[in-house]
Amino acid sequence: MQFGIFTVSDITQDPTTGRTPTEAERIKAVLAIAQKAEEVGLDVFALGEHHNPPFFSSSPTTTLAHVAATTEKLQLSTSTTLITTNDPVKIAEDYAMLQHLADGRVDLMMGRGNTGPVYPWFGQDIRNGIELAVENYALLRRLWTEDVVDWQGKYRTPLQGFTSTPRPLDGVPPFVWHGSIRSPQIAEQAAYYGDGFFHNHIFWPPEHTQRMVEFYRRRYEHYGHGSADQAIVGLGGQVFMRKNSQDAVDEFRPYFDNAPVYGHGPSLEEFSTETPLTVGSPQQVIERTLGFRDYVGDYQRQLFLIDHAGLPLKTVLEQLDLLGEEVVPVLRREFAALKPAHVPDAPTHASRVAAAGGATDSTVHAAGDSVTGRSREEVEAR
Amino acid sequence: MSTRTIAVVSAGLSTPSSTRLLADRLTAATVAALADRGISATVEVVELREHARDLADNLLTGFANTSLRAAVDTVVGADAVIAVTPIFSASYSGLFKTFVDVLDRDALVGTPVLMGATAGTARHSLALEHAMRPLFAYLRATVVPTAVFAAAEDWAGAGEADRALADRVTRAAGELADLVAGRPPAAPVDPFADPTTSFEDLLRGA
Repeated sequence: MQFGIFTVSDITQDPTTGRTPTEAERIKAVLAIAQKAEEVGLDVFALGEHHNPPFFSSSPTTTLAHVAATTEKLQLSTSTTLITTNDPVKIAEDYAMLQHLADGRVDLMMGRGNTGPVYPWFGQDIRNGIELAVENYALLRRLWTEDVVDWQGKYRTPLQGFTSTPRPLDGVPPFVWHGSIRSPQIAEQAAYYGDGFFHNHIFWPPEHTQRMVEFYRRRYEHYGHGSADQAIVGLGGQVFMRKNSQDAVDEFRPYFDNAPVYGHGPSLEEFSTETPLTVGSPQQVIERTLGFRDYVGDYQRQLFLIDHAGLPLKTVLEQLDLLGEEVVPVLRREFAALKPAHVPDAPTHASRVAAAGGATDSTVHAAGDSVTGRSREEVEAR
Repeated sequence: MSTRTIAVVSAGLSTPSSTRLLADRLTAATVAALADRGISATVEVVELREHARDLADNLLTGFANTSLRAAVDTVVGADAVIAVTPIFSASYSGLFKTFVDVLDRDALVGTPVLMGATAGTARHSLALEHAMRPLFAYLRATVVPTAVFAAAEDWAGAGEADRALADRVTRAAGELADLVAGRPPAAPVDPFADPTTSFEDLLRGA
């Protein structure tokens, strides 16, 4: 099972000091957080994509390419990549490029984005969100799996003889997760393609997550990719820890009470009861997280949100120490002991290359040199 | 004798409230009218006052907590809804509207609804027609023609006004009972039922 963190890249005032970090500070902080994630032995770092303040991460592949260069093992992912407002051609190009730079340590999670005004900035309309997700993703898959694509659809200009470059590393595109909080159509999409399904999990009651995941698993089996319990499931989680659980509650409360998403609403205690939020000791986080399996089954990826709501970098790095030293080793052991042998691990580049029968170079060489007009054979013959 | 469920939504703020009093009279009359038509009724009352904080939380978090979820499920799953609100500043109360706001847009499509309202003065009586009826029209609920408004003087006792209120209550309840009797029992909608359109259809843009 993979463990990691996901960040939304929010730039939020620290309610305890009244200070808001600059973009420059926050960007460097996220890089430090990613690097620390690898140092403490986590498996995955996932970065969000947003095109409006207070978020900085408009260009996740740029950031992830940097992280790739400063890490060796960390799997890089997104939370999420906007399949609605990005041109699928650019997603195909950018993530294949990242895949080469990161030696395959890349997967990505598709999301629709729920901020209405963002859509028209990119020539789209939020009311077409599901249709965009369906059409764009179908095109993205073709761009990665077919060297030359002729395509016509509703939401972008047609393509004639188009080759997306670079071709996916070793001829195998990155694994794709689909993230959705409440749209069964997206769980259906993930099941149809045999892709992964990720539920954010942290803002809603567990019963809701359970129903979405059950639906995805049932449909995964329906489409013949394997049995329901072999479907690839990821979950979010939200934790804040101190050795002494009351210290965790006291320290986190002002951040909770003022958090942009749920602040000024339910109390920390109420929200901890209604959602998977866990504020307490590492042992409490271990127990709560192991309990997720009770309602989603054996799953493949657990990502924690630990750096939002204005928490200072120093605190976030301490949370990573606790995750790496006390929580994840136990979770790794316990989940592994519970998982039946026929339930797969999360796909990686290596496992996908092996499943494809080995690496193939899929470089597409241009038929002609557009500068000199000479054919490839002519050039090679010289 | 078949059975139907009537959800009663009362947005009164005091305990006891005249809003709840009106809701109870509408409910009793509806149960009696259904019995006349050979239908027994189960009544579920949702006092919005008890969910005031839950509703504010839902606005901020985007989900109904356990307690509010039960109330929402009761209303959404009912065969008919009796909705009664005090009139504040010429319209339904903010608490009542907040409850409507947290329902799914399609939650009450086709559901038979009987509207009632209370206020200190009869000058608010048309708020039912100019504010509440359009709200239920937006929700595409089926609202009975008679809406029941009760002002302070309607509770005066055994006089002319009270008799007029009683007549309106009976007429409205009869209209609601007719609607309920003419429909099959409500079937729950499961968003996670297997899709009726295939993903191939979605891909083709169907």
